[in-house]
Amino acid sequence: MSNFGVISDEQVEILINDVLEQHGYDFTGYSRASLKRRLARLYALDKHVSFAEFRYKTLNDDVYFKHFVEGVTVNVTEMFRDPSFYRLLRDKILPSLNTYPFIRIWLAGCSTGEEAYSIAILLKELNLLHKSLIYATDINPTVLEKAATGMFPLSQMKSYSENYIASGGSKDFSSYYSASYSLAKFDTELKSKMIFSTHNLVSDRSFNEFQLILCRNVLIYFDRPLQFRVFQLFDQSLENLGYLALGTKETLDFSPISPGYKRVGTDKVWRKVSA
Amino acid sequence: MRKIGAFVIGGSAGSLEVLLKVLPEVNKNLDFAIIIVIHRKQGTDSLLTDLLSHRTKLQVREADEKEQILNGYVYIAPSDYHLLIEKDLTFSLDYSEKINYSRPSIDVTFQSAADVYGENLVCLLLSGSNADGVNGLLTVKKNGGITLAQNPASAQVSYMPEQAISKAAVTSVLAIEEMASYINSLSSNN
Repeated sequence: MSNFGVISDEQVEILINDVLEQHGYDFTGYSRASLKRRLARLYALDKHVSFAEFRYKTLNDDVYFKHFVEGVTVNVTEMFRDPSFYRLLRDKILPSLNTYPFIRIWLAGCSTGEEAYSIAILLKELNLLHKSLIYATDINPTVLEKAATGMFPLSQMKSYSENYIASGGSKDFSSYYSASYSLAKFDTELKSKMIFSTHNLVSDRSFNEFQLILCRNVLIYFDRPLQFRVFQLFDQSLENLGYLALGTKETLDFSPISPGYKRVGTDKVWRKVSA
Repeated sequence: MRKIGAFVIGGSAGSLEVLLKVLPEVNKNLDFAIIIVIHRKQGTDSLLTDLLSHRTKLQVREADEKEQILNGYVYIAPSDYHLLIEKDLTFSLDYSEKINYSRPSIDVTFQSAADVYGENLVCLLLSGSNADGVNGLLTVKKNGGITLAQNPASAQVSYMPEQAISKAAVTSVLAIEEMASYINSLSSNN
């Protein structure tokens, strides 16, 4: 299935160029190995008969292009992924935001929303949800529609509940959702403090100032220059003493903004220490 | 003679024991990198890196994204990410769907390495209970690389190397005792 051979390096560049010129989506700063694999995967999944046909549909069929963006970007996520990170949020970072009258959190690259609901649960348990707002953004409108439903597969709840407990949660995890056929529908109170919106980290600007920005397992798909540009965007969007949280294999080190940041604990969280 | 760029080892159940026997015998001045993808539980990364680095003269590192691949180093795919290789010989990590119920998937790394190294690649599939890596070996072979499997008779779980032999017609089948000298013989520094 994940056959690299189907799409050549030249064809990858042709598609990147088409998509930029025709649709305004800029994938030029994406790491090529992963992008090539995603394109080959999409080509095989959609049973295209030739590259010409794949290219034509991507260029001219807007409905197909939505599907293209969803297929090319990675939308794998889970609730309370990396429990030690959520424990740090619960024990240290979110409580320190209690001094603010109003807490603004940006979840960049939220995908189908599992992280947004995890954070809302933490805020609720810390009695901060009423004065918080989570801006959950993604490049991809289709995943945002899913995120806004607040419904996730019931089959995942056992593993999410284990993650929740491992992250320091002490409530009955099932009290946050009601089961409806194969889906778990999460408490609407959690969703009431979320704003879902499309935002493209490559081309869109800063839109607010936040005390906490989370962007986990998004930057691994970007090349260094694009990573650095996105860090500048985060820097412009973060209040002084605000926190930036990255994925377990991502780092702020060696980036132009790193001198203004201090690492918090052993997880991938940095605090902005100079304006 | 071809100049080897990377020696990639994939394995699942029963493969750690093989690595612990083979790595101590591998010379430290290899003129290519060793890249290891083994299936394991999430969150056991530093353990594995520590365990292996104590058994070999080579430098052992968990692969980081954008890290430059250096000769004479052993890189371990981190748990819960796919490990890919870029044309500029740096690593990329990918948190996309599991392949063959696995992340890291051996197929993903073998295929990505085949795309970059072509005929200058050697891939070895060890003991294991699923067929992850077999499709990867087919790609390696197609791109002119060398494909190897552990002798199933010596494998704790023979399914994976058996699949490699029957489905991917590997170049050679190696006993555990032959692996280190095979690796050393590929290096022109010895």
